[in-house]
Amino acid sequence: MLCANDLRHEISGFRQTAPLPEGFFISEPELQIMTATDVQPPHAIWRQDGGVQILELAGDWRRGGAEVVVSGMATEQPITRYQTDALGSFDSILPAFLLANLRSLAKGEDAAPSLEGLPANLRGLLELALAVPEEIVDQNVADKSPAMMRLGKLSLRVWSSATNVVEFVGQCSLALVRLLTGRARFRSKDLWVCVQECGVEALPIVTLISFLIGMILAFVGNAQLANFGANLLVADLVSIAMVREMGVVMTAIIMSGRTGAAFAAHIGSMKSNEEIDALRTSGFDPFDFLVLPRLLALILMMPLLTVYSNVVGILGGMMVGSFVGIPAVLFWNETLLSITLTTSSLGVIKSVFFGAVIAISGCMQGMRAGKSSAAVGEATTHAIVAAITWIVVLDSAFAAIFTLLGI
Amino acid sequence: MAAKISVHDLTLAYGPLVVMHDLEFEIQDQEIFVIMGGSGCGKSTLLRHLVGLMEPAKGRILYDGEDFTAAKEDEHAKFTRRFGVMYQGGALWSSMTLGENISMLIEEAGKLPAKTVRDLVAYKLALVGLAGYEDYYPAQLSGGMKKRAGIARAMALDPDILFLDEPGGGLDPLSSKRLDDLILRLRDSQGCTIIIVTHELASIFGVADNALFLDPATHTQGALGNPRHLRDHSDNPAVRLFLNRGTPPPTRRHE
Repeated sequence: MLCANDLRHEISGFRQTAPLPEGFFISEPELQIMTATDVQPPHAIWRQDGGVQILELAGDWRRGGAEVVVSGMATEQPITRYQTDALGSFDSILPAFLLANLRSLAKGEDAAPSLEGLPANLRGLLELALAVPEEIVDQNVADKSPAMMRLGKLSLRVWSSATNVVEFVGQCSLALVRLLTGRARFRSKDLWVCVQECGVEALPIVTLISFLIGMILAFVGNAQLANFGANLLVADLVSIAMVREMGVVMTAIIMSGRTGAAFAAHIGSMKSNEEIDALRTSGFDPFDFLVLPRLLALILMMPLLTVYSNVVGILGGMMVGSFVGIPAVLFWNETLLSITLTTSSLGVIKSVFFGAVIAISGCMQGMRAGKSSAAVGEATTHAIVAAITWIVVLDSAFAAIFTLLGI
Repeated sequence: MAAKISVHDLTLAYGPLVVMHDLEFEIQDQEIFVIMGGSGCGKSTLLRHLVGLMEPAKGRILYDGEDFTAAKEDEHAKFTRRFGVMYQGGALWSSMTLGENISMLIEEAGKLPAKTVRDLVAYKLALVGLAGYEDYYPAQLSGGMKKRAGIARAMALDPDILFLDEPGGGLDPLSSKRLDDLILRLRDSQGCTIIIVTHELASIFGVADNALFLDPATHTQGALGNPRHLRDHSDNPAVRLFLNRGTPPPTRRHE
């Protein structure tokens, strides 16, 4: 046998009952029947009694129970007293309801609202909730500023992010100068780890994508060129497209998603973990230490990856070619005829710049990331988007320059 | 003799937001000095100013009478070389082992034979109770071990001044106590000045010679002095509340 009050408390958490006289016992099965059958819909009744406002609470206020029924009219007047004789069990639904009521009634009033008549545990919870006054935030402040002001702020933001980029690129150039004059300090091991990450470890994905791109070019080219009976020119199409554009652009896009994002995430989480501050107070320049090895590694590895991607792409085209009646030897000879050293070096030259763009946007976003895990995620996204955008923009610029130069 | 560190009329600010103003205090040689105050009141910001990670909006910080705030960027190293800093989470460089974390600093400071470096690293780790952990990565350690490793790294070059940011934060009472003992022993045997940012009362009473209370309500220093003295005799009620966990001191039983 258990004391009924204890048991009820255990079963229903905040359950409230009128205290039973001492020594009054209910057996457990009996109580379960009571709780199962006694569920009443929650009910709040406003009453005015001799000029005072009374809120009567009845029924069981429980999550998943019936909707709260409010009857009677509330006046402006604060509640003087609560009547809870018919109140059954309750969970957080009831205090939340009461708090919302008190808040809506007591706007701008300093006096503590009356909690008279509430059972002790409910009263305790409300006192706790009311202990610190509600912070009133004017949510419209930002929206109220005039359009010109917002435009001004926007242009200031754009300007400052533009100067940020220029500043970072400038710092990179200074760091490269320091490196060339032998004054930059970083661990050579870090450089080799970066070289491995953005070199050898990128080979599988570069292989797959380049091979497929070569195949796609050959398929599409063959479908069109066969109409003119010129399907041997598929070899020219695939090889020129690969070495001039597709090889380097696809590699750059793969690397910005793979490596640029990794740089941003790594440096960003180092920042949020105060590791960059620790570098600084230990006398290491975080720029030399973190950005330089990554920048170098990408600048060194991108040309190699591009050459590799070109070759693999041409092999992919060759495979398709052999299906559509161009023997591999013929394809190869045609390829050698169509690309000159100048043509094939265009992609490689671009790859150096693309490598720098990927490293700079990755590292910059990482170094400027905020100090939370969400900020690190944001930095990663920005790094990829910025890198891909700049790659395409730079590629267009290169196309224009090469056209002007007649290459 | 000039104070080890003296701070004059210091204002800490993030842009237009002033965190603390009119800070004025001195820290003596070989003192354990605690910067205390509620969460978010600017304790760590003050530390970041002291170690040169942030520029003060106003005021001066002097080390042995030499002006740190007026020093140019390239002269900073002259000051920071004497600092050891342990950050909140240890801030160990996560891509390096503990051994590399420490040896990097030692190798940077000057050419030493490989064996000497190895021995020094082993000694520093042994000092903080992490002997034999050279090849562990920070991610493999518990929070308390990371903090101790952070102290070992901060001690790597036998600094003159050791800054510890929340050394006891998030540790169980026993680890926290062990860390306090470590701090006291390091001070006694190495003779360095130690500045601790914390709000853990047990640590404050356990180790501090002097303490500075930063009052978030007035945005300036609330009190300066020995924490045991401040607990009972400070003029500032906010300080007494803080040091007594919000309750006025009970009738004195023996401590």
